[in-house]
Amino acid sequence: MPYLQLSDLKTHFPVKKGLLFKREVDTVRAVDGIDLEIEKGEILGLVGESGCGKSTLSRTVMQLVPATGGKVVLDGEDLSALSPDAVRARRLDFQMIFQDPYASLNPRMTVSSTLAEALRTRQPELKGDALAGAVAELMERVGLDRRFVRKYPHEFSGGQRQRIAIARALAPQPKLVLADEPVSALDVSIQSQILNLLKDLVRDLDLTMIFISHDLSVVHYIADRIAVMHFGKIVELGDAEEVMARPGHDYTKKLLASIPTIETHRR
Amino acid sequence: MSLLEVTDLKTYFHTRAGVVRAVDGVSFSLERGKTVGIVGESGSGKSVTCYSMLGLIPMPPGRIEGGAARFDGVDLLSCGERALREIRGKRIGMIFQDPMTSLNPYLRVSTQVAEPLRLHMGMDKRRAHAAAVEALREVGIPDPETRVDMYPHEFSGGMRQRVMIAMALITKPEILVADEPTTALDVTVQKQILDLIKARQRELGTAVIFITHDLAVISEVCDEVNVMYAGRVVERAAAAELFEDPRHAYTRSLLKSIPATHAKGEELYTIPGLPPDVSRPISGCAFAPRNQLGESGRCLTDSRPPLTEIAAGHWVQDCPGCLS
Ligand SMILES: Nc1ncnc2c1ncn2[C@@H]1O[C@H](COP(=O)(O)OP(=O)(O)OP(=O)(O)O)[C@@H](O)[C@H]1O
Ligand SMILES: Nc1ncnc2c1ncn2[C@@H]1O[C@H](COP(=O)(O)OP(=O)(O)OP(=O)(O)O)[C@@H](O)[C@H]1O
Ligand SMILES: [Mg+2]
Ligand SMILES: [Mg+2]
Repeated sequence: MPYLQLSDLKTHFPVKKGLLFKREVDTVRAVDGIDLEIEKGEILGLVGESGCGKSTLSRTVMQLVPATGGKVVLDGEDLSALSPDAVRARRLDFQMIFQDPYASLNPRMTVSSTLAEALRTRQPELKGDALAGAVAELMERVGLDRRFVRKYPHEFSGGQRQRIAIARALAPQPKLVLADEPVSALDVSIQSQILNLLKDLVRDLDLTMIFISHDLSVVHYIADRIAVMHFGKIVELGDAEEVMARPGHDYTKKLLASIPTIETHRR
Repeated sequence: MSLLEVTDLKTYFHTRAGVVRAVDGVSFSLERGKTVGIVGESGSGKSVTCYSMLGLIPMPPGRIEGGAARFDGVDLLSCGERALREIRGKRIGMIFQDPMTSLNPYLRVSTQVAEPLRLHMGMDKRRAHAAAVEALREVGIPDPETRVDMYPHEFSGGMRQRVMIAMALITKPEILVADEPTTALDVTVQKQILDLIKARQRELGTAVIFITHDLAVISEVCDEVNVMYAGRVVERAAAAELFEDPRHAYTRSLLKSIPATHAKGEELYTIPGLPPDVSRPISGCAFAPRNQLGESGRCLTDSRPPLTEIAAGHWVQDCPGCLS
């Protein structure tokens, strides 16, 4: 049985117009009938045009947005049938790294309190030195200097904040990670460090991951399989090497053709 | 004379933990119609450099410690908020790195995109609204007539980023400061945006400061590139020259880390260690402890290497360890 199974998953948003008498004029079919199976320990790369529904899909799997149809089954359990409390209890097992790190971090909490809180969701007994040590270890893993522990989110650069968001998601030792553009705000050196880290974690902790990125070279590097999404549907799914070498869908071909490279632009 | 001339800019943050020397003596100039790129590791001072010129550094804790930024006869660093307000968002447009923090979640997208036109150009509501729809169409937002009246949270990440771009371009600024403008965009949309910016440059002579960590994008759009490390420029050259003949060990390490140059499954090259703590004074070459591709033993230890012109238009920090 697959670890995560999505069947005919749908998330539609109504589009309303008018100030007083709102009428529904249209529907955005952000996720429109997705069937997907992911095995334990697998990294699935999810690519697709801006606005095609990647973030909505991951938020729906996380139960942060209610699905308008279909099912999300994680490890044999139908998440959509659980009560909100039960979902909260299960959420330790599945974590999301959000696309917009700034908006997802509490501006009033220092890095160390943010990470300490996240660590204690799984290990409430952690205190004092042991807790401080765990925070320091986590920061080191994502390449953040220990001297930053008492800083607030606004005191960081964009890439530093992104790494705090990654550390926080990894803190509760999740089993499934939905990573929404986790490395797009990072420079190449840190990006490689994080990609190496994620690969190690998947191997060491038997993590399962959906990795969303618009950067095909990154997805190709990290993913076992690649799913290409287009207007709320999966239009191509296959082994990473295979999709890159022999793209089937027109959009995939277009994506591959528009990757900017350094070589081709030497003047 | 250049359209913009930044000389010896220094911006420090005075924090509980000490003085963070975020930008520590940066100079560069920008010509009409040209694109200057800034690359460098996370935290190297790219965003702070640009925010300083636009008076967007929170003070305190921030402080401009020195330098000048001349734009059309005005020093942006000393001209005062009143004069800046006439320039910022009108003659100099800015695309911020974090779209969600710079868009107001409670205002419709139409209100926000049209605001610069109403504020700076006194345009009436109907015309500004129509211009906002057009601006969204130009950045590839589908169905802009309906979309324009939605709220930012109803947009996808990449769409929000494009709203920022539309806002920055709507006043036809002379300079566009673009801080990681395409990070959330897939390559097909990215291409559309880069083409739009290029078209504006051709039609209106807009000059662009382009901050990104994506070296391929840099090589595609920039005329000249500045590589920053620990608050300073370590190398500057024409884009083609920089990629063909990178001299500084840091630039060479950056180029070596690109995932596309690695086979699948192969461990990616990473620069060892962390960038230096800029809240402590740095006495010698800042890159020395991480210098793997040069000879770190020969790096300067007692003075910071000055930026020197080693070939026409190719500047690099003169540190024997980083150049070897
Ligand atoms: N809360 C919402 N209300 C209405 N429409 C929404 C909402 N959230 C998302 N949408 C719409 O759903 C579609 C898919 O958005 P989503 O954020 O999933 O895209 P994405 O694939 O993640 O794009 P990007 O790469 O730009 O982040 C978009 O058209 C978006 O405007
Ligand atoms: N308000 C602040 N208070 C204290 N330190 C700050 C503040 N803003 C920025 N810094 C520090 O200044 C340094 C430079 O930050 P900047 O945002 O310019 O980096 P950057 O080069 O844009 O990096 P990135 O690629 O991650 O966006 C960082 O070390 C950052 O932590
Ligand atoms: Mg998204
Ligand atoms: Mg920045």
